[in-house]
Amino acid sequence: MIVPLSDAIRDLVRDGDTVALEGFTQLIPHAAGHELARQGKRELTLVRMTPDVIYDQLIGIGCARKLVFSWGGNPGVGSLHRLRDAVERGWPSKLEIEEHSHAGMAAAYAAGASNLPFGVLRGYSGDLPAHTRVETVICPFTGETLAAVQSIRPDVGIIHAQQADRRGNVQLWGILGVQKETVLAAARAIVTVEEIVDELEPRPGAIVLPSWVLDAVSLVPGGAHPSYAQGYSDRDNDFYVAWDAISRDRDLFRAWMQRHVLDTADVVEYRASLETRVTSA
Amino acid sequence: MSTNGDGGFSADDMMAVAASRRLADGTVCFVGIGLPSLAANLARRTHAPDCVLVYESGPIGAKPTKLPLSIGDGELADTADAVVSVPEMFAYWLQGNRIDVGFLGAAQIDRHGNLNSTVIGDYDHPKVRLPGGGGAPEIATGVRDVFVMLRQTPRAFVERLDFTTSVGDRVRVVVTNLGILEPQDGELTLVAVHPGVEVDDVQAATGWDLRIAQNVKVTEPPSDTELAALRSLDPKVLV
Repeated sequence: MIVPLSDAIRDLVRDGDTVALEGFTQLIPHAAGHELARQGKRELTLVRMTPDVIYDQLIGIGCARKLVFSWGGNPGVGSLHRLRDAVERGWPSKLEIEEHSHAGMAAAYAAGASNLPFGVLRGYSGDLPAHTRVETVICPFTGETLAAVQSIRPDVGIIHAQQADRRGNVQLWGILGVQKETVLAAARAIVTVEEIVDELEPRPGAIVLPSWVLDAVSLVPGGAHPSYAQGYSDRDNDFYVAWDAISRDRDLFRAWMQRHVLDTADVVEYRASLETRVTSA
Repeated sequence: MSTNGDGGFSADDMMAVAASRRLADGTVCFVGIGLPSLAANLARRTHAPDCVLVYESGPIGAKPTKLPLSIGDGELADTADAVVSVPEMFAYWLQGNRIDVGFLGAAQIDRHGNLNSTVIGDYDHPKVRLPGGGGAPEIATGVRDVFVMLRQTPRAFVERLDFTTSVGDRVRVVVTNLGILEPQDGELTLVAVHPGVEVDDVQAATGWDLRIAQNVKVTEPPSDTELAALRSLDPKVLV
């Protein structure tokens, strides 16, 4: 149950899988994403409401065939340049996109967790329906026309959490995003945690995922960086700002990924490598 | 971007202050990052202390002491009355009609208040791929009143959107760095200019033949209290 992250990724993620790494600003599983890159996973369909820096990295390094998303920017900073380069110029390869709204993706995850074929909501006004997979259904009770989104059922769901106990029960708190839905909608689930404790202590607003809905739990302190884990770390806002320049340039991006991700063995080496940052290609 | 006016405030300061004044005390407000977050936090620190700030990442009733960089900064959750999951936020709170005002920004706006934050050029072969709608499509139809904040240029205020990300039916006001527009008979109409701005300046920054109200007012400049509150929020992180 509690295994090294590299084993979890090797055993549970296959080339061509649909993989959802979730975490809404907080608890983004960056270390798990880096491990996907190190192991050279290919042809992945990456699902995430807010692709963030982690999918910018995976897209730019060539792990992704398709992206399912609802807001593809660098929060508070601007563009995700690797995502833009893939969409606008097909670099490093053509990226298929399936775009939704936040409300639509949230409904699709909840439907997936509920073992339903689709989620329903009032939404999708504007031009997006002409470019994405959304249909309408008529309410059988009121006749109202509603939007229907196909469930998200990832092959693998990956999240980061604050704590697990020694049996692999997991607790997370703070901004919760769609992590619970991601785990329960996925065929296989991996959780990285900041800390393993003897007993989970109840926290206000926390959710607990019992070990029997998970396939692997890995101890990865700092595994959200540059995202954060409430109670353990702060969001590295400077990193998000600095990513803008790194990701604008293909060569600098590749040099950065080589030094800090591909040439490091794990999150400890990744964090240590950031003491001397790659600033030129 | 900002230009300092005579009174020691920038056009962005004026924009934030003008938007904050529209928020009545007690308003439940869905806040985006950047200028909307600044305006809403400013309102809470001045005339609307009981304004409820809701961030799409889950915090309801957030009371940040400084302006967050992202909509999910830890301080928002730490200071919130409640933190809910994202599916709950959009289903129970937004779709559940619990939100009075939603702020939206965009890359483009048309005369009907429709907004584009998705793409410049053709969707399948974009010239510029923008971040996309995020919460905007459902905010635009799920809140009572939509407030838009957008810097006014002919590239942003366009005759025809490249893409409609959200519809303008509930847009009640558009606050820009030059003035204030409100819909009259379904068309955005200039109702006020900020101090030092002429009506012609606003027309020149608009990509369509702008409708002008009978009596265009001049926005009251920021008060000392408003400026002090604004400075305390550390607006240098604005993008």
